[in-house]
Amino acid sequence: MNASTRRVAVLGGTRIPFARQNGPYARASNQDMLTATLESLISKFALEDEVLGEVAAGGVLKHSRDFNLTRESVLGTRLNPHTPAYDLQQACGTGLEAAILVANKIALGQIDSGIAGGFDTTSDAPIAVNEDLRQVLLEINRSKSNAARLKALAKIRPQQIVPQIPRNAEPRTGLSMGEHAAIMAKDWGITREEQDELTVRSHRNLAAAYDTGFLDDLVVPFLGLERDQNLRPDSSTEKLAKLKPVFGGEQGTMTAGNSTPLSDGASAVLLASEEWAAAHNLPVQAYLVDAQTAAVDHVHAREGLLMAPTYAVPKLLERNGLSLSDFDFYEIHEAFASQVLCTLKAWEDPVYCRERLGLDHELGQIDADKLNTHGGSLAAGHPFGATGGRIVAGLAKALKENGSGRGLISICAAGGLGVTAIMEAAA
Amino acid sequence: MSDRYQQLVNTPIGKIVSKQIGLPNPVTLERYERGQPVIDGPVLLGAAPGGRLAGSAANVLASIEAEVHTPMLQDVRTAAADAGLDAKVFNPDAAPEDQTFKALVFDASGIADSTQLHELWAFFGPTVRRVGRSGRVIVLGTPPADCKTPRQAAAQRALEGFVRSVGKEVRKGATAQLIYVGNKAENQIESTLRFYLSPKSAYVSGQVVRIGATALDADGIDWEVPLSGRFAMVTGASRGIGRAIAKVLARDGAHVIGLDVPALESELEETIGELGGSTIVLDITDDDAPARIATYLLDNHGGVDVVVHNAGVTRDKTLGRMDESRWDSVLAINLTAQERINDELLAREAIRENGRIVCVSSMSGIAGNAGQTNYAASKAGVIGMVESMAGEVGRKGLTINAVAPGFIETQMTAAMPIATREAGRRMNSLAQGGLPVDVAETIAWFASPATGGVNGNVVRVCGQSLVGA
Repeated sequence: MNASTRRVAVLGGTRIPFARQNGPYARASNQDMLTATLESLISKFALEDEVLGEVAAGGVLKHSRDFNLTRESVLGTRLNPHTPAYDLQQACGTGLEAAILVANKIALGQIDSGIAGGFDTTSDAPIAVNEDLRQVLLEINRSKSNAARLKALAKIRPQQIVPQIPRNAEPRTGLSMGEHAAIMAKDWGITREEQDELTVRSHRNLAAAYDTGFLDDLVVPFLGLERDQNLRPDSSTEKLAKLKPVFGGEQGTMTAGNSTPLSDGASAVLLASEEWAAAHNLPVQAYLVDAQTAAVDHVHAREGLLMAPTYAVPKLLERNGLSLSDFDFYEIHEAFASQVLCTLKAWEDPVYCRERLGLDHELGQIDADKLNTHGGSLAAGHPFGATGGRIVAGLAKALKENGSGRGLISICAAGGLGVTAIMEAAA
Repeated sequence: MSDRYQQLVNTPIGKIVSKQIGLPNPVTLERYERGQPVIDGPVLLGAAPGGRLAGSAANVLASIEAEVHTPMLQDVRTAAADAGLDAKVFNPDAAPEDQTFKALVFDASGIADSTQLHELWAFFGPTVRRVGRSGRVIVLGTPPADCKTPRQAAAQRALEGFVRSVGKEVRKGATAQLIYVGNKAENQIESTLRFYLSPKSAYVSGQVVRIGATALDADGIDWEVPLSGRFAMVTGASRGIGRAIAKVLARDGAHVIGLDVPALESELEETIGELGGSTIVLDITDDDAPARIATYLLDNHGGVDVVVHNAGVTRDKTLGRMDESRWDSVLAINLTAQERINDELLAREAIRENGRIVCVSSMSGIAGNAGQTNYAASKAGVIGMVESMAGEVGRKGLTINAVAPGFIETQMTAAMPIATREAGRRMNSLAQGGLPVDVAETIAWFASPATGGVNGNVVRVCGQSLVGA
């Protein structure tokens, strides 16, 4: 076993533009989107017929038949078929967790290169048979005689035809993620205005990233879509102010504008050891330095469902001897504008930092100009599994262009989870 | 004793009718029952920047395990965190309209000049209408006498006018108080803040209390029975307000020594017997009364911790028609007897360390009342006694304070003519009379060993009466 670890280089990534639910990708499967994304990465880094250490990818909404989706996808690309692959899932943290897993294997010397990816479709979603019907069908399957089969078949009722469609609800609270975020917004006294301002900034930053060409080699057109479908370059607080609240009741502050829409898409990032990168003449954009996950008790302690990153980041900072202000870029996943604002308020709050996080001082403030500088999920959309890859690839490029510095990634996820990471520019 | 009007307007139909025709609508005030939490709803804690009392207030709120909210301001959030309060965040711009608080507590000690009085508006403007039923508005400030500059003193003095007006604006049985906390008395506020937050102060509103520095602290006190192990003498204890005082002091853990005149001996025995206390039967105006009291207390209990001068009489007549005996007896019972007993007890060191003298004054003593020149003079004299003795008593490690009851529902007020009675009942911010227990609770707060910082104060128990403010 290897006692020392190696630095993990991020060489770059690609993604397809993110589409809104039932938009241009309505008939595209998760596998179609991942395969297309991997193909674009293969072209970008000349990986044709390359045997990589592994490809790790995942999505949240998957058909049960797609248990080996990533492997099947790899077999459909120009990668050497000897490249192993596996699927993983950690809700909205899936994409970043994939990168962390691949990075850890590289750091330990178990592999030299790998692709971390993610995907999700909310359009081509799995639909399951009604639970009652499923029980009947299983009983028929178990039956040994025709008479018993007929008896079981007789239990089928018309209402059992109604299928089970996946819901965006927390199993243990029954509340949708938006309702949870509305509770957080209320707890922290987040105003509608703050949320709408953050949303406008997200759209403007993403629009600028397209206009300046920053995204030219990061986003590859798919099925006729060239830019993220959700992007509204002309978004304004005046326009957003007209929207009705969708979460938190009539007096709620959360709208379809300052919440991410259901979307479809995929992303992938190439990671490698420095030696592998040098051997393949691929420049290092950034290093994935460290990562930390955390979870909150949203069930019994009634903590904010999406507050887990507030726990993860202090641990990450302490382990790396850093403070919250030591970063040039902050990539905080905009599941909802309110989630980002709650996170920032929590880190500034002496009460939260001491009572919840067990720190002896507040974590501090961040410079708002360094937050999601190339747009966030509010503008781009948020195909659950694909967001981590979008962020890692974008941050790696931003650090490369900056020439120095550090970036912090913070992603909240269903189930009270949070996935965070630190990246550093290649010197 | 019953207030039929209040009962009527609190019936479903009465509520509608009184609202339609704009009659006063007194709510049933929440009153303390043993075992209750100090406050049974959320508390919003705010502070003007640079204050010195938010931390002490936060400590008290932590001690009473209140649900605390604060604005997202660094000073007050830090104070809350230091107190170990897992305080929630309140932002009036984002809060739902129906979010209410049981109490608003504001540290105004940071206000250093009149321009900074803006902080009052900023905090209370969006929150005063969120004060719930029997709610509390409490402002903490610095006594003008302790201020360093005239501007600071003026701004701190301004708090009085503010608080008294808020008391008149808040509805549904809510009250407003100002607590001036002297320099180095920051650690002395717990007993007072607990009293004013709790239903014990139901009928006290628009009051200003001053807390000064004292070497004694309340560490280790059992707030359920703060008078545990202490001996409390109550004069006029057989009935009315005196009886209520005896009961509340006993509830708070005191051994009560009830005193009354021979004519009321059997009533006294009954009242005090129920409480497991002792009795002294004598007329306090007798020449040897002070000496006999002191001897009794020293011989039987080794002294006394709390002396409540409650005994008092009215002998009303307009001055021109008042006979000499009416004048003399009222002054002798209501004032001279208190002075003589105090002098004797102090001279013989019969009041133990951290002891309390609590006197019963009256609204009449503050405002004056036609037909009560004798009574008002005696009760104003009580205030003079309290104020003038506070220094000497304080140096001995004791305190002396007075309550001044307003309209309290007793047999005495029940016998008043209806017009006078209704005027007395309604002409206050709570639009109703108080109960004897309201006076008793205030006395118990003064009597607590944790109230050592409160000395030379007169607190009215009058529902913020319009008279004599």
